[in-house]
Amino acid sequence: MAKSWEEINARIASGDAVVFTAEEFGALAAEKGVSAAAKRVDVVTTGTFGPMCSSGVFLNFGHSDPPIKMGEITLNDVPASGGLAAVDTYLGVTEPSRVRGIEYGGAHVIEDLLRGRAVRLRATGPGTDCYPRTEIDTWVTLEDLNQAYFFNPRNAYQNYAVAVNSTDTALYTYLGTLLPRLGNATYCSGGALSPLLNDPTYRTIGVGTRCFVAGAPGYVAWEGTQHNPHTDRDEHGVPVRPSGTLAVIADLKAASPEFFSAATFTRYGVSSFVGIGVPIPVLDDDIAATLALTDADLKATIYDYGVQHRSRPSLGTVTYAELRSGSIEVGGKTIPTGPISSLPVARRIASELKRWVAEERFTLAPPLQALPQVGSQAFKPLEIRTGEAI
Amino acid sequence: MPRKRLDLTFPPRQSLKPVIYHLVKDYDLVPNILRAQIHPAQEGRMVLEVTGSKESYAAGVAFLESQGLTVREAASDIVLDEELCVNCGLCTAVCKPDALTLDPETQTLVFDKDKCVYCEACVIACPRRAITLSF
Repeated sequence: MAKSWEEINARIASGDAVVFTAEEFGALAAEKGVSAAAKRVDVVTTGTFGPMCSSGVFLNFGHSDPPIKMGEITLNDVPASGGLAAVDTYLGVTEPSRVRGIEYGGAHVIEDLLRGRAVRLRATGPGTDCYPRTEIDTWVTLEDLNQAYFFNPRNAYQNYAVAVNSTDTALYTYLGTLLPRLGNATYCSGGALSPLLNDPTYRTIGVGTRCFVAGAPGYVAWEGTQHNPHTDRDEHGVPVRPSGTLAVIADLKAASPEFFSAATFTRYGVSSFVGIGVPIPVLDDDIAATLALTDADLKATIYDYGVQHRSRPSLGTVTYAELRSGSIEVGGKTIPTGPISSLPVARRIASELKRWVAEERFTLAPPLQALPQVGSQAFKPLEIRTGEAI
Repeated sequence: MPRKRLDLTFPPRQSLKPVIYHLVKDYDLVPNILRAQIHPAQEGRMVLEVTGSKESYAAGVAFLESQGLTVREAASDIVLDEELCVNCGLCTAVCKPDALTLDPETQTLVFDKDKCVYCEACVIACPRRAITLSF
């Protein structure tokens, strides 16, 4: 049984497409079998809502009179890049405030803009013949901006680590507070709902894929940074460690604060929860087989964050069903677990995307270019060396 | 009888003094230890509820301070702002008494205040700063 992209899009356009979330599809496949589920369902929707540090927005403020070439720029005291054209900037979510530190950062500015709040823009410039102004202090809202769009260089990580801490002191990490002597384990994935776990070999997700970004319709723009298809995979071909990633683009003005939330990790820094969902066409039984995988099938690798090196030792793998049960066993010890990626919001994203496809005729775009596959350039570390050594 | 919640910090070396015994015996206070982590050679911390008259309370606190303890009035309440909470569940990873848990079905946050020992671990763990103390 095989369906083409064109057949599926025609059914979406006529309002006849059968759309299931990845959780619903897993349940249907368990009951009726993968082939029967593949025959019945045209599109499976996914969703994830975890902290994604490599996110941010491009903004254009418009020109003041007289105009300024903004060099040093802050928004609510959070520095934004002055390295673009006169009134363009890029604001990254992890940038801390000069006044409030990591309790308020780029992510909080973006959330304030999404909530319709005015944000204080201050900038200085060199003063040139064409841009004579040297200083500006004003307030802007999202509505005022000419362009405001997300360009998130790395979202929707295909799987992630389970973090534990074997040392005698608590560690404060991007995976939360890790209690000493294996006092807890934290993990961060949408599991069975996670976009790239449902398309492990990037067959349907590639450059140009239409997707859900923080409540707005967006696109996969490129492979995400640190995209690495070469990690260990299980018997289904699904990575058991952090692997593929997506760079996404979407209009900030169409996004919703329901699906973008600023975050502060104590003694670590600022980040943001970003809602990402990708619709996946049920082209054949092969893709249906991975779409049917549940939390009981999908695994993640446990790492000891007490080892402060690039390569941390693996302490084995566990399934997402075990992680969600509230405790796992590591070396004979029972450890309480806690997630970081919100399953309730991930479910809402998959349901919302289902509504877009089924009711708003959100058609699917086949990849214009594939993401790097197994066999592409190996993922490289950064070596510390001198100029002479080159 | 008024009840207060105290957060005590024990300096290293003095941690073995039986201060709780003295609170009961000499100051007529009824202590209820909510949380304690005391090691002889390290700084220790204890959160306890004390019940007693105003005068006994003041005298008891003065005694504790005279023993080199730092006494701070602990939060009387922990408040979860459900508007800010995104149900990520990270707080459940640091909540030892299981006051914060996730509903097994919906995976939404459930806060059972009766189990809370006011250790405040969730307050700094919450990336949304949705859990705050009130005094």
